[in-house]
Amino acid sequence: MSLVIENLSAAVDGKPILNGITLAIPAGEIHAVMGPNGSGKSTLSYVLAGRDGYEVTGGIATFEGHDILAMEPEERAAAGLFLAFQYPVELPGVGNALFLRTALNAIRKHRGEPELDAMQFLKVARERMRTLNMTDEMLRRGVNVGFSGGEKKRNEVLQMALLQPRLAILDETDSGLDIDALKIVADGVNALRGPNFSALVITHYQRLLNYIVPDRVHVLLDGRIATSGGPELAQRLEAEGYATIQAEAA
Amino acid sequence: MTAVRHTGAEGFLQRFEGLRARLPGRRLPWLEALREDAARAFRAQGLPTRRVEAWKYTDLRPLGEAGFEEALSSIDGGQALPAAHGGGARAVLVDGRFRADLSALDGLPYAAGSVAAALPGLEGRIGAVAPAAALPMVALNAMLFEDGLLLTVPAGVPGGVLDLLSLASGGARPEAFHPRHLIRLEAGASLTLIETAMGPEHDGTTLHNPIYEIEVAEGATLVHARLQQEGRQGFHLSAVHARVAAGGTYDNFTLVAGARLTRNEIHIALTGPGASAHMNGAQLLAGGQHADTTTYLDHAAPGCASRQTYKTVLAGRSRGVFQGKILVRQAAQKTDGYQMNQALLLSPDAEMNSKPQLEIYADDVKCSHGATVGEIDHGQLFYLRSRGVPEAQARSLLIQAFLQEAVEGVTDETARAALGAAVSGWWEREALA
Ligand SMILES: Nc1ncnc2c1ncn2[C@@H]1O[C@H](COP(=O)(O)OP(=O)(O)OP(=O)(O)O)[C@@H](O)[C@H]1O
Ligand SMILES: [Mg+2]
Repeated sequence: MSLVIENLSAAVDGKPILNGITLAIPAGEIHAVMGPNGSGKSTLSYVLAGRDGYEVTGGIATFEGHDILAMEPEERAAAGLFLAFQYPVELPGVGNALFLRTALNAIRKHRGEPELDAMQFLKVARERMRTLNMTDEMLRRGVNVGFSGGEKKRNEVLQMALLQPRLAILDETDSGLDIDALKIVADGVNALRGPNFSALVITHYQRLLNYIVPDRVHVLLDGRIATSGGPELAQRLEAEGYATIQAEAA
Repeated sequence: MTAVRHTGAEGFLQRFEGLRARLPGRRLPWLEALREDAARAFRAQGLPTRRVEAWKYTDLRPLGEAGFEEALSSIDGGQALPAAHGGGARAVLVDGRFRADLSALDGLPYAAGSVAAALPGLEGRIGAVAPAAALPMVALNAMLFEDGLLLTVPAGVPGGVLDLLSLASGGARPEAFHPRHLIRLEAGASLTLIETAMGPEHDGTTLHNPIYEIEVAEGATLVHARLQQEGRQGFHLSAVHARVAAGGTYDNFTLVAGARLTRNEIHIALTGPGASAHMNGAQLLAGGQHADTTTYLDHAAPGCASRQTYKTVLAGRSRGVFQGKILVRQAAQKTDGYQMNQALLLSPDAEMNSKPQLEIYADDVKCSHGATVGEIDHGQLFYLRSRGVPEAQARSLLIQAFLQEAVEGVTDETARAALGAAVSGWWEREALA
């Protein structure tokens, strides 16, 4: 198993948001999580990545058998977990190239691989950027500073492509992307597909799942998995919305 | 000795009385009168207390209590000096005294040397830009200065880069020195002056009280970087007085990383149309350090521009102060003034005080100022850590990013590189320790 979540509950500022989530992603599988606004999708991703202020009030989460909830965020990243943020953070004054190289070298160090110098890094980054249709100019700017919504998402996918995680959580990486960008992003995920790569893809749109075909689809309602199914569940949601599932769950 | 504790000024005045017969230029009546006036002003004002508005946030009592003596220079020619930033031209002062034996000033296209050696010809120049009686720190310097850097770049000459090394040798007892630097760029001349102030190597108590009198003539450009990395028991009380004529540029960057108590005053007057001033600075404070940057910008002519960006990073129980006044006189139409001062608190016990002040008498001006005090952004820190960057390294990146804007404001590349290195050096020494 790649990711195992059992009965996970979490609160923010004392307010319960996740109310007993149970979910398992076998190695090599891609699972989608859908659900209405405010149902707790991003909260789940932050809890898994280890953000401060998200208090785990019950349950467990393991990644490849390790209790990730006990790890610092950087340790989780080093273990192979990656979160593509719904709202990528701007870092004014930190050049994107320096940021990407620092992150890549931190991960390489953990893997026991030699660090890359600026020139070696540039070569690797340019290769990845070409497939993502990104320009060199985006390396020179501050991290996400002045990036359009779609550029920010591409920059997240670039980070994923460079860091080569074994578990990627993509939080609405498709939102705000044009059709071409959507395909590029999907290609980026599909390129990593393999027996050692799993992903949790959070999305509102069935369209993305045409390009990244999931093994399972889960519906999150009020901080719980209300129902799960195959890719056809996403199609049903697209047609019916959440009303039927909400009624069934009630 | 109780009197010393009382106003703090007595110790310095006694030292003046004891030294005056031996101070350089004692046979020059004009200089004698200048020192006398300064002593009178200093005696009348004493060391400023926090009841004085301009000193509200900086307490000089520890200075009055230290009981300083004259410095006994103990650095000889055999000592290894830190590497130069520029092409090798270097002026060295040890304990405020110019050291020809340590300096490298041959073959320069301008004149650089000792103030003490040139005193007879400096009547009317000393005190011309920094009036002795006006400010307590200037008065203190005027009473007691022995030497300084005398520098004149002739009209139209590009002076390149000059390193100025100010070393404190330190001794068993508290030592004070008060250099007076006279810097003049004639019309169209240019120079990048990179000053590094350091020492003593052991933790001796020192007072470095430098005064800079700077004249930038028409169309001349002076880049003046000051890197203050003095010892932990140091007091650093400086005042830069600069006058910039039409079309001239004065670009000051001051890095405060050392000393236990620092007050840097920067007084710039833009006196001719189209003159400009860039004032950038960073105060990097830890432990119980206190640093105060106080700027006065006098827009006296039309069409001048000034930009100030000051950043303070505070760790431990440190205290930071920024006071910045912009005066726009009635004649100074079309003034473009900008002032930003920001502080980053790394510890709940650190404290920042800022006091921006605009005084505008012209009607057609663009003037803005802002001040912020904040902490490291949790969202940014998490973003970096989620990419595998260890927390200490993530903080370091964010602190450097915070300082970036001030460093970027420095127009000269050599000076900018020197600053960048000093900033990362500080972080490695202090914050990761
Ligand atoms: N810091 C916070 N303080 C209080 N409530 C919060 C906080 N963060 C999240 N919440 C609440 O938790 C709930 C779940 O938020 P979350 O961001 O996880 O939703 P989501 O499913 O990702 O929604 P969307 O589809 O809009 O992205 C929301 O009701 C939100 O208002
Ligand atoms: Mg969300």
